[in-house]
This record gives sequence, structure tokens and C-alpha cells, in this order.
Amino acid sequence: MEMTSLYPVASEIFLACAGMLLLLWGATAGEKSTGAITVATGIAFIIAIFMAGHYETAKAVVMGGHVGSNAYVLFIKVLLLLSALASLVLSQHFLKSSKLSRPEYPVLVLFATLGMMLMVSAESLLGLYMGLELQSLTLYVLAAFRRDNAKSSESGLKYFVLGALASGLLLYGISLIYGGSGTILFGMLHEVVTADKPPVELVLGFVFILAAMAFKISAVPFHMWTPDVYEGAPTPVTAFFAAAPKLAGIALLIKLLYGPFHGLLAQSTPIILVLSVASMTLGAFAAIAQSNIKRMMAYSSIGHVGFALVGLVAGGQEGVQATLLYLLIYLPMTLGAFGIILSLRRDGVYLEQISDLAGLSKTRPALAAIMTVFMFSMMGIPPLAGFFSKFYVFLAVVEARYVWLAVLGVCLSVVGAYYYLRIIKIMYFDKQMEGFQRVPGWGVASLLGVTVLFILTLAVKPDWALSITHDAAKALIG
Amino acid sequence: MSSELIQTYFPVFVFLLLAIGMSGVMIGLSFLLAKQKPDAEKLSPYECGFDPFSDARHKFDVRFYLVSILFIIFDLEIAFLFPWAVSLGAIGMFGFWSMMVFLGVLTIGFIYEWRKGALEWE
Repeated sequence: MEMTSLYPVASEIFLACAGMLLLLWGATAGEKSTGAITVATGIAFIIAIFMAGHYETAKAVVMGGHVGSNAYVLFIKVLLLLSALASLVLSQHFLKSSKLSRPEYPVLVLFATLGMMLMVSAESLLGLYMGLELQSLTLYVLAAFRRDNAKSSESGLKYFVLGALASGLLLYGISLIYGGSGTILFGMLHEVVTADKPPVELVLGFVFILAAMAFKISAVPFHMWTPDVYEGAPTPVTAFFAAAPKLAGIALLIKLLYGPFHGLLAQSTPIILVLSVASMTLGAFAAIAQSNIKRMMAYSSIGHVGFALVGLVAGGQEGVQATLLYLLIYLPMTLGAFGIILSLRRDGVYLEQISDLAGLSKTRPALAAIMTVFMFSMMGIPPLAGFFSKFYVFLAVVEARYVWLAVLGVCLSVVGAYYYLRIIKIMYFDKQMEGFQRVPGWGVASLLGVTVLFILTLAVKPDWALSITHDAAKALIG
Repeated sequence: MSSELIQTYFPVFVFLLLAIGMSGVMIGLSFLLAKQKPDAEKLSPYECGFDPFSDARHKFDVRFYLVSILFIIFDLEIAFLFPWAVSLGAIGMFGFWSMMVFLGVLTIGFIYEWRKGALEWE
């Protein structure tokens, strides 16, 4: 085998080697090496971004057809690496002050990111499963990272049991598909599926795979785990959960829908439609009743997944582009909102209850203003970035003649606006509580700066975002 | 019954006789020759350090799980090495180095668990 044939997955191979070396370093040097290992993990992410950007623009399938790359995969990989880097930055002060600073944390984040990258690079059902499991197993451990805390352990166990069930569904679906087609390679599956009449096992198997993917992206009715896991996991882990795995899951779903199972689009679109409407509805209504801010963010993320799926209902290159744009804007909004949560600490405890935000505009006016920007953006108020993300998915769905879905989506985002506005109301109009301690460090502050700049300026210069999502969608479908 | 069938299964029959004979000799000789001083502890059935006849729902030391999980990794490694060793002639240098990479990854895991003290009982 030629070494050059591994170039399309060079960034994954690099991350795998780096992860193993860092693990050895952490095991030999002990807990005092945590800071250095975290920095090294961050550098590894940056190198991986450059490696990915350098090699992979052309379509290529390597390693016996099990992994491959194209401009779409590259786009997702870079976004994944950036959000992993951001959540690593977010975690720093929290881990130190909660005495969770262990060298395993950055290494687990690295391996989870590697699993997600493999997921989206997969060109066979086996490669997909390997990546998905690497991601899931590390995420279970991360959820239970605060293992002396009952809630954190519970969330890890709950996530593990339900995640194992989803993996079982996925494997059952894969076995049905293999039974019906005799192959697990995406390229060959594409041919079998687009044949005149695909065997019924294939359709059934694909429905099982869709169910498992819906679990991974926490789309209703497979969302039950999300609020509990988000609440119980340590806050920086929740921030990571809300960003990278969602992106990887939806990206993989798009790849499956438009790659091997393109011929089943007529059967899968109604399923996506139901998932999308149910997620938007539940996300909008259930978040209203929450008093814990992490639970509220969990329902908010369920709602956002519903909105992102609207683009997939529309389908075609425009629909996929709208979904990718939605995700591109969702990531900095979510990471930024968690950045605020991780900047507020009182008596050594980080913000958990929404009511604790009362009077934040008096005690920390800058943070309150930034949080307001994020909340308005999540609502979809122009001219913030969140408006454009919703605008493009609804535009795509109207052009695909699902006008009622766009109307419903707009109505539900009005319902959702209630709980985002409530946070702004609590920050600005409720009676002031005692002030928060200052969380030191430039990491979270600079992340907040970058994300808020992105949200504010996308309206001025949206061209680059439209053009990169266009190229990515075109590489997949065009 | 045809004589061909008997011929095919004759080696199995020989093995069966040998197995019964040898185990009979071992048990019989230890019964006849060994000194016997039975007491309550020696006569009680033994099951991995646990009383075999009690409620199944009872707390195990978490260390048992750790040991069994560490064991299963290396057990699977062996299961993976056997077919590799048998087919090494056919899969050539590529097959050889693929397994070396796999063993390297496994070794890193082993060093990690060793350094973390997962192999020490106390």
C-alpha cells in the first residue's frame, strides 16, 4: 500500500497518534501535567485543522473503501475541530476550580473528536459504526467525569444505557442492510438502493439507522436522555455535548441521506419531517417550564435540531446548504451561551438556576449584554446571525412547497422566544442578587469575543458563510 | 450401523476411553493415597471467594469488574492473534505490520492501566 493513499485521513491518523502519546504522558507524569497536556491537545487540534485543510479537497476513498474524504467532509471536520478546541478552552477554569483537573479530560475530548471525524469520513457502515462508538464511549465517560457526584454518575450511566440501545438499533439496521444488499460499502449500496425496486430489508434497515441517528442528535421522540444528561454532566462537558456531537450526527445523517440511501429519499423525507416538527414543538414548549439553565439549554438544543432538520425536509442542494448554514451559526451561539454560564460563579459554584441571573445587568453589565446578543440570536431576531440561519431553512422549505412547515416553524420560534426573553427580563428587570465572583483567565473571554463578533457581523458580510456552505453542499450532492 | 461409521468415530471412542480412564485414575488415587482431614471449610463448595448459596443480588467489589474488563481486552487480543498467526503466510508484510500497529495501540493501553495502578489489588 502506498503511503500517499492515506493522505485523505492524515488528520485522523495524526490525532490518533497524538492522543495515544498524550495518554502515555498523562499516565507517567501524573496530575500535575494536566495544564501542559491540555495545551498540547489544543495544538494537536490546530495542526489537525491545517492537515485536513491541506490534503483533502478532491474526492477520495481509501483503506479498502471504508473511509474517504471530499469538500463536504472537510468542512464538517474543520468545524468539529474548532468546536472541540472551543470547548477545551471553556473547560479550563471550571475543571481547576472543581478539582476535576485530570490529564484524561483533554485526551477524552481528543478521542471523542477523532470518533466524530471518523464518523463523517466513513464510507462504509462498518467505518461509520467504529467512529460512532469511539465517539459515544468517550462521551459516556465525559458525562460521568465528576464521578463522586451522584448526578454526574447518573447522567453517564443513563447516557450509556440508552446509547447502547441506540447502537443496538444501528447494528440491527446494518445487519438487515447487509442481508438485503450483500455489501456495507456506501458506493455499492448506492447502486443497490437506486435500482428499480430496492429490497424491503434495505428500507427497514435504513429506518433503524435513522432511529439511531435521531437518538444521537436527540431529535424527538428519541430525546429523553438529553435534559438529564445535560443537567448532570459537568458544565463544560455539556457545552461540548451541545456543539460537536450534534454537528457530527446531523452531518452523518445528511451524508447517509444523500450518499448510499439517496434512492430512498421518498421514504425518508416523511420521517425527517415528523422528527423535525416534533423536535421544534417539544423544544419550544418544554423549555418554558425549566428552572435549571442547563436543562433549558438542552430543550433549546432539541428545538434547534428540529429547525436544522427543516432544511433536510426541503432537501436538494439548497436544503442541505440551509442546514449546514444553520449548524455553522448554531455552534458559536451555543458555545458562547455556555461561555457566559461558565463565567458566572458564586461561592465556588457555577451558575445552575436561571433565577440566579437576576440583576446581572447591574453587577456584570458586559456579560449581560453579550448574553442578550446570544439570546436574541437564538430567537432569530434580525440582524443577528440566528435570523439568517432560520431565514435560509424556511426559504428552502418554502421553495420546496412546504409552506405550512415554514409557517409552523415561525410560530414555534415565537413560542420559543418566550424563554429566551425571560432570561433577558431576569437579567435586566429583576431585583439584583449578590454579585458573581470574577472567573480569571483570558480563554473564556476571548471565546466570548470571537463568538459575539461572529453573531453581530455575519449580517454585514454573509458571503463567505454562504459560499463555504454552498461548496460543501455541492460536493455532497452536485 | 455400518463399519465405515465405526471406523470414522473410532479415534473419538479411544479419546473417550482415555479421558474416562485418566480422570478415574486421578480421582481414585488421590482418594486412596492422600491423607484426609475434612473440616467444615474444606467441605464447603467454593465459588471465586463467594458463598455459592446466597442471594444473587449482592454487592461485589468494583475491583472484580476492573480485573474482568482488563482481562477481556487481552483475551480478545488472543482470539484475534490466532487467525492472524495461521494466515500470516497469505497476508504477507502488510498483514504483519497491521497487527503490529494493533498490538502497539494495545500496549499503550496496557502501559496506561499499569501506570494508573489498575493491576494492583490493594
